[in-house]
Amino acid sequence: MLQVISLLVENKPGALMRITGVLSARGYNIESLTVARTLDPTLSRMTIVVDVEPSLRAQVIKQMNKLINVLQASDLTDGPAVLREMVLLRVRAPMESRTAILKEAEIFGARVVDSSVEGFALEASGDPEKLDEFIDVMRAYGEIEVTRSGLLAVSLEPKKLRLSPPIPTRNEALKTKEVVTTE
Amino acid sequence: MSNLMSGARMLLECLVREGVDCFFGYPGGVTLPLYDAVYDHPMRHVLVRHEQNAAFAASGYARSTGRVGVCCSTSGPGATNLVTGLVDAMMDSIPVVAITGQVHSKLIGSDAFQEADTFGITRSCTKHNYLVKNINELPRIVHEAFYIAASGRPGPVLIDIPKDVFQGQAHYSPVSAIHLPGYKVPGEGHTGQIRRAAQMIWDAERPFVYAGGGIVSSGASAELRELVELVDIPTVCTLMGLGALPGSHPNFVSMPGMHGSYAANMGMTQCDLLIALGVRFDDRVTGRLSAFAPRAKVIHVDIDPAEIGKNRVPDLPIVGDAKRVLRRIIKVLRELEPKMRDVRAESRRAWWRQIRQWQEEHPLVPAMSAHEIKPQHLMTEINRLANGRAIVASDVGQHQMWAAQFIRFEEPRLWLSSGGLGSMGFGLPAAMGAQVANPDKLVFAVVGDGGFQMSVAELATIASNGLPVKIIVCNNGCLGMVRQWQELFYNNRTCAVELEAFPDIEKLGAAYGIKGRTIERPEEVRPALEEAVREPGPYLLNVKVSQCENVYPMVPAGAALNEMVLAPPKPVPVPK
Repeated sequence: MLQVISLLVENKPGALMRITGVLSARGYNIESLTVARTLDPTLSRMTIVVDVEPSLRAQVIKQMNKLINVLQASDLTDGPAVLREMVLLRVRAPMESRTAILKEAEIFGARVVDSSVEGFALEASGDPEKLDEFIDVMRAYGEIEVTRSGLLAVSLEPKKLRLSPPIPTRNEALKTKEVVTTE
Repeated sequence: MSNLMSGARMLLECLVREGVDCFFGYPGGVTLPLYDAVYDHPMRHVLVRHEQNAAFAASGYARSTGRVGVCCSTSGPGATNLVTGLVDAMMDSIPVVAITGQVHSKLIGSDAFQEADTFGITRSCTKHNYLVKNINELPRIVHEAFYIAASGRPGPVLIDIPKDVFQGQAHYSPVSAIHLPGYKVPGEGHTGQIRRAAQMIWDAERPFVYAGGGIVSSGASAELRELVELVDIPTVCTLMGLGALPGSHPNFVSMPGMHGSYAANMGMTQCDLLIALGVRFDDRVTGRLSAFAPRAKVIHVDIDPAEIGKNRVPDLPIVGDAKRVLRRIIKVLRELEPKMRDVRAESRRAWWRQIRQWQEEHPLVPAMSAHEIKPQHLMTEINRLANGRAIVASDVGQHQMWAAQFIRFEEPRLWLSSGGLGSMGFGLPAAMGAQVANPDKLVFAVVGDGGFQMSVAELATIASNGLPVKIIVCNNGCLGMVRQWQELFYNNRTCAVELEAFPDIEKLGAAYGIKGRTIERPEEVRPALEEAVREPGPYLLNVKVSQCENVYPMVPAGAALNEMVLAPPKPVPVPK
């Protein structure tokens, strides 16, 4: 079963390797992984989707929380959370189907980011199932090329609103991180 | 006063500040600048004969003292040779800091001579690891490494240092504080959980304490003793926990698990409350997990939250340091004592009678023979001489189990054994490290003929440093534990287990300048061991023991603890 893990990690060399190591050491395959800095450049936010046996989900989170570079790992699989993904899609579009493609793109809320005589490059975001449909529809118009971002997730649980773990309050620098990550 | 110094010198300064008095290592190309700094520094360096043994020696140092053990190797092959020792320390939660040289930082990734991706290779072998990219980071990293290694659930930490960082010059300013926002060290446990634990303990009719290495690493032996005496609870100590409760203590039942005693395993199976302290429900202890302690509620105290519920879901988890948690549990137990003391007292007495009955039905009795030396006999004689106070480092295999069964330890940190990883070759270097740390203590290396030959090169280290380790080779001429499994589970098709051409031990010892002797008669065991102990220097005693002896009791893999096999099947007489 797919598990969605959100991590707040120190932006340090090797941090990614340690986190994926927890998964690879147990033979789990990563479905998607996104990483980017938070507004605090010393920290990164990571969202991992991984196929884990349900009974071992808690253990995976605990093992990740043990890593020195991980400030917080949480399981967003069952909790209230917004899950979004972005797709960049090129479609080869002969002149007669261009209008139809644009209509379909509009239905899915996709934007045209490039247009040429060959076809379009489209950008769409949304929940992953909707993007699957979008891709299926576009495939019907001809050859396509797809790049997906992987899942981004944010928890909606009130107590998890502060996406930083409890950290010494006397440290002002870290206090600002808490504010930053709630945005 | 200028504090401009080289990275190598800075590293030594940081080691001194961490209280390190000695480290085990093997030099090489990229650590030349470090050894150049060691040349005129008071820091003691023990030159081993193989890097793996540097890691094991550091582990022996750490296991016997509780202080962080330090080992050092060069890049590439030096670093890869450390790996087994690091995994061993990881599995047994031993605080070790490993320092490895790395090629010049401009050459990293170029397949330079003696380059290996040490940082990548050791990621999963360590609690944490570092690659130092900038000399100014060095002091912070060294102090973080020691802090991480020794705090929380201890473990190995590796610092990979490129040659140019050793050679570089920088102003050294001591680090005053460590800031690790992602590293949490659990403390004294949740107050509500502690109250509930105390109530559960008084409420139990058949309580049983299952104590492990966490008691040793937390220094909680006194608290453990107080707890089990206060409520009079029978107690087993795991292989890693031997000595946590004195071996002569009336509440000490023995070791549980695959080669545990009948009473220990029956106690685990029949208890109604299992108080698990600093243990991880290892498969060698639990047997078939679904049949483990089936009637028991479980209280699990551990400093590592990831251990809670990993194998057995506890009814009451407490995350915290064993010593501090036990102190608080004891305090609440005492508060409840006037009200609760007599409530279950009769049940607890009946429980003790049951345990004593199991002990009498199937005691751990050493096999003896008038014709050959039984390995169990050897262990009882070592036990007599060690008297619960000597350090015993074992290797891995049958002799390890017999030693654990028949040698009693009155204190923690005397029994040094590779538990989790079970790495052969551990015993000799671990004893060496322990002897360096405890120059005045009697140290035995009790090893098999297989494991002994894996680290035999360290005889040179022992000889050149004059370490008075008493090396007792429990020599059955084969890989006994593998042979035992082949006999029992592979239709006696023994394969690749005979260790022929074991060296003549007198000559081998003489080659290193170590006194050596071989014995094969039962009556020789005691005088030979006494002679070994009397000898002021190291001693090499080759004890030719019975070749076909197997370790019992035994819980076959996949069986429940109460399905243990108590003795070998009766031999079928062979017509001559």
